[in-house]
Amino acid sequence: MCLATPGRIVQINKSNDPMNSKGLVNFAGISREISLAYVPEAQVGDYVIVHAGLALSLLDEHEARESLSAIQQLQTK
Amino acid sequence: MKYQQEFRDPKLAHQWIEAIRETSKQPWKIMEVCGGQTHSLLKHGIDQLLAGSVELIHGPGCPVCVTPIATIDNALAIAQQDNVIFCSFGDMLRVPGSESDLLSLKAQGADIRIVYSPMDALSLAQEHPQREVVFFGVGFETTAPATALTVYQARQLNLANFSLLCAHFRVPPIIDALLDAGDCEIQGFLGAGHVCTVMGYQEYLPLAEQYRTPIVITGFEPVDLLQGIHRTVQQLETKQYSVENQYARVVKPDGNRQARELINTVFTPVDAEWRGLGKVADSGLTLVEEFRPWNAEYRFSVKPAAQRQSMVCRSGEVLKGLIKPPACGEFGVNCTPDHPLGATMVSSEGACAAYYHYRKLPHV
Ligand code: SF4
Repeated sequence: MCLATPGRIVQINKSNDPMNSKGLVNFAGISREISLAYVPEAQVGDYVIVHAGLALSLLDEHEARESLSAIQQLQTK
Repeated sequence: MKYQQEFRDPKLAHQWIEAIRETSKQPWKIMEVCGGQTHSLLKHGIDQLLAGSVELIHGPGCPVCVTPIATIDNALAIAQQDNVIFCSFGDMLRVPGSESDLLSLKAQGADIRIVYSPMDALSLAQEHPQREVVFFGVGFETTAPATALTVYQARQLNLANFSLLCAHFRVPPIIDALLDAGDCEIQGFLGAGHVCTVMGYQEYLPLAEQYRTPIVITGFEPVDLLQGIHRTVQQLETKQYSVENQYARVVKPDGNRQARELINTVFTPVDAEWRGLGKVADSGLTLVEEFRPWNAEYRFSVKPAAQRQSMVCRSGEVLKGLIKPPACGEFGVNCTPDHPLGATMVSSEGACAAYYHYRKLPHV
């Protein structure tokens, strides 16, 4: 139920009320309209994590790469 | 970077399994809090691959499973009223109440609709001004921002025909309650990554300290889970007890500020009943006074009938991590996902359903 899926923002429709800000987010080829109310800093091209129709966080590429390479650091210790 | 496939790489996963095996000198008992993590661990067989190094205890983090019978009965009572369009997430439809479930009511003609987002329920209310649209908001802190935004917008729009039946739960109080009860020897926790995406992880620092237990905020893909387990084992082996963040690509220390602010505007903590676990102080969320007009419990003053729960179901013990589903005599015999006796068999994130799907035979 707490499943949240990463997707890429392909379009942003800003609104006067930031709580109404929406955008199109692409999940593996399928685009959906998603609320961007909680990620006001988001730009087109950013990846966001989406749950129940809302983007909850921007994905951090640097942290993702750190996490994927952590095993190497462990092995060279 | 797609942020998903990379974290499912079998070769990388096996390197982490090796690392855990090397690090662990005894079978540590680690609880994954979130039902999504339970599902993923069972699906990928991670619990079996780590046998001997780590015992995974499945936690109470499935909102569908812990929503109490009284709330389901309220939902059933409201959904049966004339003129109501009752909306919920698909998972809730088969959860047994005292007498029936939402799916059966739907088959009998009640207007019950499955929505992907609470915003869809709001749109329905705008499209059907003559009808009463009720959204059954169930979930942890992950889902609370969606529900909060929906109620907030209902007020902005002055939508009088929309209301919320609220069953929102908070994770830190239940971890506190489980550790305080002490009847299951959990030695470390994988913290629920998406709950912390919203809330951050400051609330967990005092728990790690007080109970001397590592809490590692963890994601949901196999490599995430293994990394989270590895970090927990490392702490246990070196007698450290702190909060770490394995899921830093998503989780910031303070979570999402905007989301937390709106949750605090719309909701306030209350003592809440968890199915199978009992009442836990401050573990639920309810609408603040200002939003009372959108509270379905006030709008429809429903009086639920006496609650009845299956006597044989041991889901309370499952949710506390005291037993694994196959220890229940009904597992796979009289209780299956098609005929669930308890909520842990309904949701694919409930431990009973996860065992049923991925470990078909009872008593393995
Ligand atoms: S197998 Fe069914 S009856 Fe047994 S604990 Fe799980 S949900 Fe309850």
